[in-house]
Amino acid sequence: MSRPPVAGELNLCLCHSCGLACDMTLEPHECERCGAPLHRRKPNSMIRTWAYMITALVFYIPANLLPVMNTEMVGNGADSTIMSGVLEFWEAGAWDIALIIFIASIAVPGIKFVALTLLLVNVQRESRWARKERSALYRFVEVIGYWSMLDVIVVALVASLVKFQALADIEPRLGILFFGLVVVFTMLAAMSFDPRLIWDAKRKEPLNEEVKDAVESH
Amino acid sequence: MANTDQLIICEHCDCVYEKVTLAKHQKTLCTRCGGVLQRYNGLTVEQRLALTFAALMLWIFANFYPVMSISLKGMKNSATLWDSVLALTLGPITFIALVAAIAMIIAPIFQLLLLIWVLGFALTYRRAPGFKFCMRWLESLRPWSMLEVCLLGAMVAVIKLAGLLDVLPGIGLFALAVLSLMMIRIAGRDIRELWDIV
Repeated sequence: MSRPPVAGELNLCLCHSCGLACDMTLEPHECERCGAPLHRRKPNSMIRTWAYMITALVFYIPANLLPVMNTEMVGNGADSTIMSGVLEFWEAGAWDIALIIFIASIAVPGIKFVALTLLLVNVQRESRWARKERSALYRFVEVIGYWSMLDVIVVALVASLVKFQALADIEPRLGILFFGLVVVFTMLAAMSFDPRLIWDAKRKEPLNEEVKDAVESH
Repeated sequence: MANTDQLIICEHCDCVYEKVTLAKHQKTLCTRCGGVLQRYNGLTVEQRLALTFAALMLWIFANFYPVMSISLKGMKNSATLWDSVLALTLGPITFIALVAAIAMIIAPIFQLLLLIWVLGFALTYRRAPGFKFCMRWLESLRPWSMLEVCLLGAMVAVIKLAGLLDVLPGIGLFALAVLSLMMIRIAGRDIRELWDIV
């Protein structure tokens, strides 16, 4: 299996802001075209990703346990969490909406935690397992990133609309703050992970290994 | 320094390729990791600028007209995007109002204004004053601009409330729908091509 040359071998570095292939012979600290700081790899990528992700994981607990909004209908107040909102729709027969909210609010952050942990652990083990698939997994994590903001927006809109004094009133609750923080921190975690680390395994490149295998078989 | 303009580096695995000219609907993928390297972009500067002005109009509609209104026993209430941000400022959760304001209102309008600025100058093949600064901000703002999510959120809110009271989608919601689709087209990664044009 042959592969194209990588940037390091040609002494190039990708500018993350404008996409220019920068010549690193003179070790510039900034992209000559757009002035953005240049790094061969995102600085402290692993530690920062872990830190952001663990922070998000901690916030994920109150986000799911605390109520996200309070509905008052003719004197009867009721707190609702994200899960209870999903169940309400489910029981009312609106399974499609229930599914949308469940995917956006509970499944997406969950998938991101699992996927990022998988990516981080495998990079730390310098694993060569399923690198192409892991690259695809990272791109998937990036795409699904902000869809969890859905519930924050729903709560904001509903709370701003239902303001009928004594008759009906909906207010946001503390849970939504933690929920929003989960989204922000998982986004930061995904941004600080450097997918190129997946391919940086210090062990032998496939090219060399094939040659070695060929030599051994003789 | 060697000329590296014609090189393209895969951001997912660092492989280096030469740029190619793409035909309609074509894209190039990295052979090692499968990430997209280049995507065909059929927009000229003029078209993109025109779409940006249209999007600016829609942003105004989406922000100054109610996204939806509801009525309960003769009482009516309506909310704009800004009202919904304000609803989050109550009590200890104010921080999330800031996040929501950036995601739904501030990031999109800055993207639009920056685009108009750089594209307006690009029409005559000139670099706008502060071009580097604007282009870098356009890159940084993109992940935080969440109009598509906002649109889906508004639709979920409509359905959520429709069970309890009478809900009427407003002009803001329709503007939001079109605007969110346009943003994907005009403010995507392909604006980086401006670096080569001007």
